Amino acid sequence: MAEFLIKNGFVFDPILGIKGDVADIAIKDGKIVETSAVTKPKIIDASGKTVMAGGVDIHAHVAGPKVNIGRNFRPEDKLFNCTPGHGIERMQGGFSVPTTIRTGYNYARMGYTTVMEAAMPPLYARHTHEEMRDTPILDQGAYPVFGNNWFVLEYLKNHEIENTAAYIAWLLRATKGYAVKVVNPGGTEAWAWGLNCDNVHDPVPYFDITPAQIIKGLIEANEYLGLPHSMHMHANNLGNPGNYTTTLDSFKLSEGIKPNSKFGRDQVMHHTHVQFHSYGGDSWANVESKAKEIMGYVNSHDNITIDMGQVTLDETTTMTADGPFEHHLTELNHLKWANADVELETGSGVVPYVYSPNIKVCAIQWCIGLELALLAKDPMRVFMTTDHPNAGPFIRYPRIMKWLMSQEAREQQIDAFKHKDKVVDATNLAGIDRELDLYEIAQMTRAGPAKSLGLAHMYGGLAPGLEADVAVFDFNPNESYVPDDIENAFSNARHLFKAGVQIISDHEIVSNGNKRTLWVNARVNENPQVMRDVKEKFLRYYTVTLNNYEVSGHYLPNPYVIEVDATQ
Amino acid sequence: MTKTVTDVVCPFCGTLCDDLEVVVSDDGKKLLEVYNACAIGAEKFLHSQAKDRITRPRMRQEDGSWKEISYDEAADYTARMLADAKKPLMYGWSSTNCEAQSVGSEIGEAVGAVMDNTATVCHGTSLIAVQDIGIPSCTLGEVKNRADRILFWGCNPAHAHPRHMSRYSIFPRGFFTGKGHTGRKVIVVDPRVTDTARVADVHLQIEQGHDYELLDALRVAFKGEQLPDVVAGIPKAKIYEVAETLKSGRFAIIFFGMGVTQSIGKNHNIDAAIAVTRDLNEYTKAAIMPMRGHYNVTGSGQVWGWQFGFPFAVDLSRGFARYNPGETTSNDLLRRDEVDAVFVLGSDPGAHFPFSSVRKIYDLPSVAVEPHETPTTEICKVHVPVAFVGVEVGGCAYRMDNVPIETRKVVDAPEGMMTDEEFLKSVLMRVREIKGV
Repeated sequence: MAEFLIKNGFVFDPILGIKGDVADIAIKDGKIVETSAVTKPKIIDASGKTVMAGGVDIHAHVAGPKVNIGRNFRPEDKLFNCTPGHGIERMQGGFSVPTTIRTGYNYARMGYTTVMEAAMPPLYARHTHEEMRDTPILDQGAYPVFGNNWFVLEYLKNHEIENTAAYIAWLLRATKGYAVKVVNPGGTEAWAWGLNCDNVHDPVPYFDITPAQIIKGLIEANEYLGLPHSMHMHANNLGNPGNYTTTLDSFKLSEGIKPNSKFGRDQVMHHTHVQFHSYGGDSWANVESKAKEIMGYVNSHDNITIDMGQVTLDETTTMTADGPFEHHLTELNHLKWANADVELETGSGVVPYVYSPNIKVCAIQWCIGLELALLAKDPMRVFMTTDHPNAGPFIRYPRIMKWLMSQEAREQQIDAFKHKDKVVDATNLAGIDRELDLYEIAQMTRAGPAKSLGLAHMYGGLAPGLEADVAVFDFNPNESYVPDDIENAFSNARHLFKAGVQIISDHEIVSNGNKRTLWVNARVNENPQVMRDVKEKFLRYYTVTLNNYEVSGHYLPNPYVIEVDATQ
Repeated sequence: MTKTVTDVVCPFCGTLCDDLEVVVSDDGKKLLEVYNACAIGAEKFLHSQAKDRITRPRMRQEDGSWKEISYDEAADYTARMLADAKKPLMYGWSSTNCEAQSVGSEIGEAVGAVMDNTATVCHGTSLIAVQDIGIPSCTLGEVKNRADRILFWGCNPAHAHPRHMSRYSIFPRGFFTGKGHTGRKVIVVDPRVTDTARVADVHLQIEQGHDYELLDALRVAFKGEQLPDVVAGIPKAKIYEVAETLKSGRFAIIFFGMGVTQSIGKNHNIDAAIAVTRDLNEYTKAAIMPMRGHYNVTGSGQVWGWQFGFPFAVDLSRGFARYNPGETTSNDLLRRDEVDAVFVLGSDPGAHFPFSSVRKIYDLPSVAVEPHETPTTEICKVHVPVAFVGVEVGGCAYRMDNVPIETRKVVDAPEGMMTDEEFLKSVLMRVREIKGV
């Protein structure tokens, strides 16, 4: 494989602790190596430019059934933005729900090289893998959803952690999944009857278990197995005024549980898109930011990581396994609504949404997301996301960087809000003067999420031995710049390397890379009861047979298996 | 000794039953018996064993006779036809696997084709309605385990999806539906007394072409507002009764078919049907599902969805994907003489398109990739027989509720026969050579 030496760039890397000093980065055989280890490298001149590891997205909806519902039921999302193929690029289209091909290329252009699909309905795992297979360049994994799964509800009702863990291990293998995702625990099962679970103590109809039992049980089962990532959480009561108490109640369920993982993470719960879970007030008239309370908790509890779910003020397509929430949303905005409940497992909904700067609530949401990041004491535990495409499309990450790095940019936006005064009253953002630097951005977008995922041994840094995922941006941090320069530079990487292959050269995409699909193979002791339950449920309640359920073979042409031994 | 292959997936209709058992000869070359399938499904498997099956590509001669050609020659003819055409139509894609559909997309991109599937004369109107208003739906297992109100509108599963009623909708005993059919109320809306209507608790024998009115009347009835004495031939008391039946259920499901998607009103009927479902969700839980016909028409819409963003009628001829049903749909293109070559795979437009369109296909350079002899193969210039997907080769297919299932290979194809995917790959290679890319 080709050797590269990226010379004289301003390097920002939390793993090496380099904060913008000039350094050289060497690549050999797909890995980062000491600069002395390359003999005849191709020289990449990065002088006057910023060099970072490839970005890691811990939470985005980029592949699978509900994403494709979003594509197929929104032809308007493609209006005036379909582009022809050229060079090695194929045809592309879509703004908030781009085609898989555009997804791969657009992430690459922002310097991102690893993207996790945030919610995979197990019965639709094959579909999710087909889409990931057709997404070029990126390493990807997908999180199967567990929070409304009948097996889990039945086992955890009696706090059967070992059985839950054995079932998780079985399902991860059957679906080729990466982590344990929980969406509106119990609430989506309730939604199968048109109901919901509004707080952690609201019992699930028929199953007679509370969301609190599900959350705590799944954290314990996750740690029983010692999976690379922690339980990945989307709490009950998303998107409602006053919901921050439910969020804090959910956080507290992780207290006293220690991480048990050989993969270097320190958290036992990752809570995603916390912006949607940080609202005070009791109606849309008096909704307000509770980011201070939320971050007060996060900052003082190091067994939690979170991501932002930053609203980007765009027209977008919301999609979540939180079925009742999407129904709630369509009643609010009266736009088209798709729903897809999945037997024994989960559900989902899709509704377009316009986050308008002229609407007070949207502006408050925008402020809350930024507050979460700006109030973070440890950027290694607070990650940048838009919950793509729920709060906005992922292509806005560079714009969020601009807002986080520049108070001037934030003030410009606040001044542009129609209801500026009300928004300022309901939030804390106007009083925050913190400006993040690129080192902190690298923590929030690279080293932090990689560590939380249990993938710090592969991604998120530029230390020798890590995967050679390296991005070079046209940005000189030592020269004066206006806020928009940040957005422009980080939207359009000058060079990008993925696993040592040059993907972008002088802003041109020159390779489709060697995309890999990550999944976790957790080995557990034989568990006859769980296998009997699996057989029974397939025989009686599923509409596919057990033998037709497992995903394998050509759905993962280039798998990367992470082995976990939980037999002890 | 014979071998029994279990968990076989039936490549016939959108019900995509996956519990078939197929007995094959010891050497895996002969398919002997099929269990658990409906009559149509069993015939599809057994038909592959026909002695008179066409096993080599053939080209129509000037005198009307066929001449056998090699797969290479067939691929070359196809590639040249597509590459030379200004705007070829690549139609069908519903009776094949997603892997072949994917290769088809690459060919379509390379030659600037219009890609269209059988939804164009089937549930395309439903897809348009979904773009208008969305679709609250679910998997078939939700129906089996929860539904106690089953409404069939303009569809006749007793004949078109024979195992649908026993596997998913009327008869099965699921988790919350332990009483099976006795716990369910079945309503059929159909102008004919179909075999499905015969098993219904209520048959609304609607006047043909008045679906929109009756759907709207249901929405009025849900709200308890006034109705005229008769709507669409149904007395108002009956409509109020059916509305109450639906509202009082725990879980209602509407299945609909061609009787409502392709009768007068078309996509507007489906708009109304989905609005009925939305309304019902104010009172109880409700879902709606199109009864997709071909076993993988759904998959074709999915594959194009993630590759191009549109489920059917995808025009790639300008170099990027465009979608405008009415303009980029097959029959409109054919009848306006807007396409100059026709490639058909996994469908039979010769049997199902209007005669005015079929005549255009006959007049154009045309290739049909198809295991059977069909009206389409009769009118095309080249017929490429291929292995049966789901019988002689596996691959992914999407059920009517979008659940993907990997079909199975149970026997070998006759010696030397190519699969859809293999043939398309050789066409793609030739296209690239011709285009120099």
